[in-house]
Amino acid sequence: MLGFVARRLVYLLPVLVAVSLLTFLIASLLPGDLAYVILGDQATPEKVAALRHDMGLDHPIWWRYISWLGHVIEGDFGRSFRTGQTVLQAVAERLPVSFELMLLAELGALVIGIPLAIACAVRSGGAFDRFMTGTAFGMLSVPAFLSAILLIYLFAVELRWLPATGYVPFAEDPIGNLRCFVLPSLTLALGEWPVLMRVLRSDMITTLQEDYIAMARAKGLTPSRILLVHALKPSSLTLVTVTGINIGRLIGGTVIVESIFALPGIGRLLIGAIYTRDLVILQGVVLVVACGYVLMNFIVDMLYAVLDPRIRHGHA
Amino acid sequence: MATLELSIDEDVAVSAVARTRRLGPLFWMAIVWMIVVFAAAALADLLPLPSPTDMDMLARRAPASALHWLGTDGLGRDELARLVYGARISLTVGLCAPVIGVTIGGALGILAGYFRGRLESLIVGSMDVLLAFPPLILALAVTAYLGQSLLNLTCILGVLGVPAFMRVARAATLTLARREFVIAAQALGATHARILLRELLPNVFLPLLAFFLLGVAVTIVVEGALSFLGLGVPPPISSWGSMIGEGRESLEIAPRLAFLPAITMFLTVLSFNLVGDALKALTDPRQSAL
Repeated sequence: MLGFVARRLVYLLPVLVAVSLLTFLIASLLPGDLAYVILGDQATPEKVAALRHDMGLDHPIWWRYISWLGHVIEGDFGRSFRTGQTVLQAVAERLPVSFELMLLAELGALVIGIPLAIACAVRSGGAFDRFMTGTAFGMLSVPAFLSAILLIYLFAVELRWLPATGYVPFAEDPIGNLRCFVLPSLTLALGEWPVLMRVLRSDMITTLQEDYIAMARAKGLTPSRILLVHALKPSSLTLVTVTGINIGRLIGGTVIVESIFALPGIGRLLIGAIYTRDLVILQGVVLVVACGYVLMNFIVDMLYAVLDPRIRHGHA
Repeated sequence: MATLELSIDEDVAVSAVARTRRLGPLFWMAIVWMIVVFAAAALADLLPLPSPTDMDMLARRAPASALHWLGTDGLGRDELARLVYGARISLTVGLCAPVIGVTIGGALGILAGYFRGRLESLIVGSMDVLLAFPPLILALAVTAYLGQSLLNLTCILGVLGVPAFMRVARAATLTLARREFVIAAQALGATHARILLRELLPNVFLPLLAFFLLGVAVTIVVEGALSFLGLGVPPPISSWGSMIGEGRESLEIAPRLAFLPAITMFLTVLSFNLVGDALKALTDPRQSAL
């Protein structure tokens, strides 16, 4: 196991370096000089030259990358030239909101997906299975912003059960906080459960044909015990992987959902930075999100190896 | 990364029977809908439609009438015309971006799968870097720096699709390169170029085509999301995503302004998914026994 972790770690480093390089290049090579953006169109050439010098923009690009990377490694991601807040502060402030949203969304997706998958797998090919497989396929064609609109219309405009937008910190009002998260996380969960259900269903169908399931039946164990105790764990390997893969989609969905429901998370920070052309924040957030995503994938890899010994010993 | 490697295989295990069954009426309905949308988008200028950008402030959010078949939007613009012209944007981006992706990704994938070795490691490694960014985040960041335009949007979404197409092409090539006809061609002294173009390409083409249609569906969704956030094609050009975004403002007064483009978009994405999925089931090398 240690050897496996080490091998994956060795692979992780170059990816992280390449990610930082790409983030830096996107921000540096594309048209539009940062100094002009900060000073506006009316800036005199002298002022621009002075600011470029202050910011180190007059150095060659490789030198700028090295010094930027040096700062990043020390934990200095830069400071917004609009609000004066450091990137790290801004991200730390908003990360809990995004995490809560993603966690609740993933939980919601699992709560919807797992029982449906089991119910489908028990009678695969039956009417319920065909109906749910079809529904899941249809749901995959519904983008997050569509289900968001639908949910807002249903629960906020027509029924008036839940707030359409707004955010209450958890510390102030836990119930109100959770109420704010119902629609956003349901929106994301609606996009996630079909993927989870399809994967678990097909794995479960395979598992249920194994000999040891027949053995368990022959022993006279109850169907619910067979399904939940004997069949669920061995069937959930792909589910774990897919959950990991979906984090990328989930992050994308979080951006959209946060801006629709006005939740102050990382996604809104990013969108806000784009609207105000706050390039330092934008660069910082992209780097943090990408690194976080790479690390999460690494963790999922590890988790997968813990669950399935074959991965550890093969050359995965 | 090993986990990412599995992303294209996630729904392969669904039984072949269930898939071939889909080539029924639903498949043909999807084809018909695609043709309708294509025709409307291509012939938009010839159709007897009001202008999609002419505002009529006296007829804001007007209900359906003989003049405006689907009513007007918040600025008094004809909803049907905006839907039809929006189809142009969604389909242009939705088709052109995957073309970029399938061309670059397909070529890289075939090269990686055929030559193996260092080249393969290099290609797969650089794709892993691209995949290290959540797609929507990368698209948002690059549009923010490059500026919003139809061309930029198409190029970015195209590049984002490259890794996925690379994997499909590489996976197909890896199995094909070991088949008898390739070995026979090699034994006959065929050049690498000939094997790549005459033997491998025609065989990789079909799985790529199936994946291309799924790529179109994904691209339409991402373009819609960007436009919805106001970061897609700049106004006054209508796109389904921006129409849904505008319709959201008047959800309480005129929900149809959000729902009409939403339904159109859903049906289009569903159609591409249905057809792509059916084609994938027909061409998947794992399901057709050798």
